[in-house]
Amino acid sequence: MSKILEVNNLEIDFNTYAGTVHAIRNVSFHLDKGETLAIVGESGSGKSVTLRTIMGLLAKNGEVKNGEILFNGQDILKKSEKELNAMRGNDISMIFQDPMTSLDPTMPIGKQVAEVLRIHGSISKKSALDEAARVLELVGIKDAKARLKDYPHQFSGGQRQRIVIAIAIINNPQILIADEPTTALDVTIQAQILNLLKELQTKIDTSIIFITHDLGVVAGIADRVAVMYAGKIIEYGTVDEIFYNAQHPYTWGLLESMPTLETNSDRLHAIPGTPPSLINPPVGDAFAARNAYAMKIDTEQEPPFFKVSDTHYAATWLLHPEAPAVEFPPEIARRREVWKKMNPQLAGKDPEAQAPAPEAKAAASSTEKEAD
Amino acid sequence: MADEKKEVLVSVKHLEQFFNPGKKDEVRAIQDISFDIYKGETLGLVGESGSGKTTTGRAIIRLYKPTNGEILFNGTDIAKLRNGSKDMQEFRRETQMIFQDPYASLNPRMKVKDIIAEGIDIHHLAKDNADRDAQVANLLELVGLNPDHATRYPHEFSGGQRQRIGIARALAVQPQFIIADEPISALDVSIQAQVVNLLKEIQEQRNLTYLFIAHDLSMVKYISDRIAVMHYGRLVELSTADEVYNHPLHPYTQSLLSAIPIPDPEVERRRRPVEYDASIEEDGQKRTMVEITPGHFVFAAESEIEGYKAKAASYK
Repeated sequence: MSKILEVNNLEIDFNTYAGTVHAIRNVSFHLDKGETLAIVGESGSGKSVTLRTIMGLLAKNGEVKNGEILFNGQDILKKSEKELNAMRGNDISMIFQDPMTSLDPTMPIGKQVAEVLRIHGSISKKSALDEAARVLELVGIKDAKARLKDYPHQFSGGQRQRIVIAIAIINNPQILIADEPTTALDVTIQAQILNLLKELQTKIDTSIIFITHDLGVVAGIADRVAVMYAGKIIEYGTVDEIFYNAQHPYTWGLLESMPTLETNSDRLHAIPGTPPSLINPPVGDAFAARNAYAMKIDTEQEPPFFKVSDTHYAATWLLHPEAPAVEFPPEIARRREVWKKMNPQLAGKDPEAQAPAPEAKAAASSTEKEAD
Repeated sequence: MADEKKEVLVSVKHLEQFFNPGKKDEVRAIQDISFDIYKGETLGLVGESGSGKTTTGRAIIRLYKPTNGEILFNGTDIAKLRNGSKDMQEFRRETQMIFQDPYASLNPRMKVKDIIAEGIDIHHLAKDNADRDAQVANLLELVGLNPDHATRYPHEFSGGQRQRIGIARALAVQPQFIIADEPISALDVSIQAQVVNLLKEIQEQRNLTYLFIAHDLSMVKYISDRIAVMHYGRLVELSTADEVYNHPLHPYTQSLLSAIPIPDPEVERRRRPVEYDASIEEDGQKRTMVEITPGHFVFAAESEIEGYKAKAASYK
């Protein structure tokens, strides 16, 4: 598969009154054509900042210290504001979290959807509105032609999110960035919007980056998953690899703290503590202080990415060949059983044993450049 | 299971809450709902936005004057209490609320100790200043915060810590009954579990009764003993948490459950969402809550009871 977007060694600082916040600390990932990549992590982990930077929407006090973002081979970070304007809403577009605030309450929805076409091409008002009606029908607004003159407040939350999606897809973008697009919606509406995104992906042949903190949503929509913590990606792999064969204790913690409908134990597993301040990021593995599996080296040296498979990498010292074997938490052990059943060829082999790739040791310095 | 010997703490009878009654823009937010909350249990209230679950919570704590119906708290009809009366003040102490947004629900200009002690002051529960400080310190410790932080302001705390402050404030006046309106939906996943565990612990220690309002159905199942499902201002199903999740009877409940995303890709690939057609409620038939199996109530018309009974039997 060809890569449509490549982020390499991205580092972003924010200057605040309290000091310099190292919000993104050496992040690299890529997006394949036609796939859905989910980025998960808690607030402050840097997922939204990363995606806003791709859109050229970094806040004024933010500064890109290092790295490149290659879109079709061109570095977005080097583009002028004019070039960015031509790109935004055309090649790459974004769906925001809150459909209540991302539409203009004083503008009829037809005009809001057609505006994107008018800005990005020479098209008459009439044909832009016709096209807007067609796309609104496509995203499931019934009788769209008659509703073009209606205002956002005349639509429900789910319908408004459909309108936001219509604005995002009307120019057939190559990349669609969705920042928690269903968090503000009810579960039944959420299910409809997720289905809509899946349908549209095949219809307009777009690639999607999906940010969310809901692992249930990730399981349903993602092809691949990247887990972020404290400004870094700490593990990435295919959706099955992350849900059934996770390697990083933080990923375990996330998977454990979701109650499945079968959960009957008396207490939920909670990750203790809170994420570290990124003004003075901790030395070593940033998760070490909250990690029951932390070893001495976790507080001293940052773990490099260890290769688990061609598509699966995790930055945890537990994958080092010399690391002691650990007993998995019950929920993770259960998931690994599923993984074994899905991959009978691995039976008998210790999953850890396939981990040490030669480059893991070589990369143990600190920089991680994934070979994939 | 519904235990007949359990003591009823809150009893809602034929409650109706209309806004702008009689006017053109009348909203019938709650229509004729009845349920009991037993002492020491957690009743989960679920439904989509606009279903009336928050209005129900607010009506029970008497933030609104109910249009019709009774709300019995320990046998007293609080719908009839006058604002400012002694009984009302006592009710306000017995019943407390934990709010959804830990940022908006704490006054940014007040110190944490004054936020927590506001109820203590109003109800004159502290002998002197030293006693007040001691009570605040105890509460902070109870919710897992450092008592030394009592003189700090809310902005110095993270979302999860703020929600703990909100919990401490609710507990300060030693209530029996706590209404938690989406107390975790603004928090990160890893922090949600901490707060839910804390709520459970405190409930066991102090024998509290909770009304837990939420739209995150998997968390509701986890924390609740019984669950009530609301739709369009009506109660459509009520039973134990396990019954509602494993043997749902009402088609709306089934649709709601089928929409919950499960953190398991294999399950997600097999997902078949059940669509709910709300128009079946508008066929003009009179519907009431009917007990289909012991303790399992469904909003049903006379003609539908047999169907529900058959469905319940098919689960066995």
